[in-house]
Amino acid sequence: MEEFAALIDALVYTRSRNEKLRLIAEYLQATPDPDRGWALAALSDGLDFPAVKSSTIRNLLKDRIDPVLWTLSRDFVGDTAETASLLWPAPEEPPSPPTLSETVGLLDAMNRKTVLTELPLLMDRLDASGRYALLKLATGGMRIGVSSRLAKTAFAQAFDVSVDEVEEYWHGLKPPYPELFAWAADGEDPPDIENLPTFRPFMLAHPLEETVVDLEDYAAEWKWDGIRVQLVRAGGETRLYSRSGDDISATFPELLDVLPMNAVLDGELLVRGSTQGGEAGGAASFNALQQRLGRKTVSKKMLAEYPAFVRLYDVLLLEGEDLRPQPWTQRRERLEALASRLPASHFDISSVVEAADFEHLSRIREGSREDAIEGLMLKRKDSPYIAGRRVGYWYKWKRDPLLVDCVLMYAQRGSGKRSSFFSDYTFGCWDGDPDKGADLLPVGKAYSGFTDEELKKLDKHVRQNTINRFGPVRETEKKLVFEVAFDSVHESKRHKSGLAMRFPRIHRIRWDKPPHEADRIDALRALIAD
Amino acid sequence: MRAPFSWIKPEPHGIYIEPADCWVDPSRAVDHALVTHGHADHARGGHGRTVATPETLAIMELRYNTREGATPVEYGETIRLKGGVDATYIPAGHVLGSAQILLEHAGERVIVTGDYKRREDPTCPPFEVQKCDIFITEATFGLPVFCHPPIEEEMAKLLDRLRAHPDRCVLVGAYALGKAQRVISELRRAGHKDPIYLHGAMEKMCRLYEEHGVDLGELRLVADHGKDDMRGAIVVCPPSALNDRWSRRLPDPITAMASGWMRIRQRARQRNVELPLVISDHADWGELTRTIREVDAHENWITHGREDALLRWCQLHQRRARALALVGYEDEDD
Ligand SMILES: [Zn+2]
Ligand SMILES: [Zn+2]
Repeated sequence: MEEFAALIDALVYTRSRNEKLRLIAEYLQATPDPDRGWALAALSDGLDFPAVKSSTIRNLLKDRIDPVLWTLSRDFVGDTAETASLLWPAPEEPPSPPTLSETVGLLDAMNRKTVLTELPLLMDRLDASGRYALLKLATGGMRIGVSSRLAKTAFAQAFDVSVDEVEEYWHGLKPPYPELFAWAADGEDPPDIENLPTFRPFMLAHPLEETVVDLEDYAAEWKWDGIRVQLVRAGGETRLYSRSGDDISATFPELLDVLPMNAVLDGELLVRGSTQGGEAGGAASFNALQQRLGRKTVSKKMLAEYPAFVRLYDVLLLEGEDLRPQPWTQRRERLEALASRLPASHFDISSVVEAADFEHLSRIREGSREDAIEGLMLKRKDSPYIAGRRVGYWYKWKRDPLLVDCVLMYAQRGSGKRSSFFSDYTFGCWDGDPDKGADLLPVGKAYSGFTDEELKKLDKHVRQNTINRFGPVRETEKKLVFEVAFDSVHESKRHKSGLAMRFPRIHRIRWDKPPHEADRIDALRALIAD
Repeated sequence: MRAPFSWIKPEPHGIYIEPADCWVDPSRAVDHALVTHGHADHARGGHGRTVATPETLAIMELRYNTREGATPVEYGETIRLKGGVDATYIPAGHVLGSAQILLEHAGERVIVTGDYKRREDPTCPPFEVQKCDIFITEATFGLPVFCHPPIEEEMAKLLDRLRAHPDRCVLVGAYALGKAQRVISELRRAGHKDPIYLHGAMEKMCRLYEEHGVDLGELRLVADHGKDDMRGAIVVCPPSALNDRWSRRLPDPITAMASGWMRIRQRARQRNVELPLVISDHADWGELTRTIREVDAHENWITHGREDALLRWCQLHQRRARALALVGYEDEDD
């Protein structure tokens, strides 16, 4: 437990991603089974111990310290687990810490009654740092800036295996993942996941940029503006995964009993409507889909107002057969044949865009804005389905971004390597005629799109033009114009301007342009896609 | 008949001693001030007459560039003020020159601690417990979560990290008066003999400490050296320089901060600190409550800090206490 606590402490104070990877990898290499498996679980998906709640901790402490002192301390520290770890009376005997596995075993065995006597015994065996790790572990949220993906990447790094392969097995396994460690660390056979509804890593595309492809070799499809999903059915169960491999099945229950065969399908999750691709396209805007995202439970009303469906791109596995090594053309044939066996209420197939040549395709793409489609995908006809991004196989060819001139209003320090630079910018458009006294209203935030050289100049500009400080944020003189590129703009109640940009980034810094020539809110509003 | 202790009045801008027409640590310029120590929230410039230890006066001279009206008092020395008030300066163990001020009038004894700690500190004499009727104590770390670990542990953490990264430097943020010199002295005590590099803003105060007999070993200025000289070295700077452009001239610094607040993870993260060092020149909760017990005053007055919790503790332990709402005390020196 001391090693795990030391790891948690080190991660709390580390900003650099590489350093975090190194810390976790070193821990996984040096720690025996099954401790390291539990640690990996705690860092990735988290462990669940229903008997231990934040309120349990509060109650335990209020028995041991004056309630007023507890409340004052808790308010100052801001975190129940940390406050409790600091206030817990030090045991008289030197602590004899349990191993991580022992801790997990004990926590797992507690119920709502026994927790009140068992948890204190465990607390008494640890120092402040150990108590913090224990309480964080027990309440299920480490919140130390480590994502599930980062933990898996560290695992892959520790044992020199591919993270995609780790992802391939991950969802079929349970903590403390003995099969995974046996395979990666001890060179045994990989885990058998055929009959489990597990996530398979996605194949991704590169931006096309200046490349020109021959349509003899490449097929074109629309790039729909929803979210990329994977629908998996195996062992009698269906699951829906997001691009990062998160299980979002609970958010879209209508898709869980409509797939009649074992399969792994790749597609775009959309909501019924007519914004994208017109009436024939049959999909609503991204904004409509957003109403459904991130919900743990879904009301009947939601299901009726925003019915979701999957527009299929590809088929990876079908009735026990792994199609991924086959060329795209063959997978496409299988997908088209398959589509007729699926209910049209919840599936359709992303059609292939026919064009005489690249020129022609280019014109079709330009028209895609009216249809509110993100752009085109180009897929090499002989490409197998390979996890990750491989050069030359798939390209995304987004329609040109929208551009608008905005004025820099606030800047904030970045994180990690950029922590000494003001690198996050908030910019605004004029709410009327600036020459008649109109104000700027913030319309977006960006922290990318400039070179290191430009960053230095921007940083200097912020420092020299600061007119106000609010904690880490600087308000600047309103005099620098950014040409901001973004993919689309939507109505938003969260912003004072009533608008929210999708994927804003700084396209050009217009050192030359006077701020009153920047765009007005109305100009931006005219670009709203829905 | 005069009411007991009516001669001493807590006002928003300091403690006023009426018969002597004189203030303790006033937060604005007055004719006559008694100053406990050199931190900016206690020692302001511009007083007509300033009574303080010679070290505190030297610090004030360095900071405010004036010696006008300076009246030195040694530790243990008593001076007689107007109106029959005696003031005695007693070591407070906080920073160089820091003192508690014992005020005596008409047989009544009042102690104003200024800031203090009970730990050993190679840069100043230790806090002395003196009995009194009213004890006016600080409460910067007046919450039971604050428990400063032994400084040896924090030094070991710092030196371990330094050794683990011979190509980088460890940049320690520490307040320019007191904390920086204590950290350097403690490093020397832990056997660290390498040159220590200083941000320019630290130099004069370090020299002043040396002139007062505090050995800091070999000190160098960052400005005089290239990146390569500082690999594997400790660099000390004011906290404000930690995330500043200034640090770009250092070899891939590991950011450390020496402060009592580092006990709280979120505080350390807010400052982008990678290596939190829980080192404070203030009393922690245990020291505060122990001191109140030992001094055993008839009444405790609690000033700047987290008064609520200490007040509650006094209540739970049947000790009379009240919180003073002084303004302008900002924890320059946490
Ligand atoms: Zn002080
Ligand atoms: Zn103070």
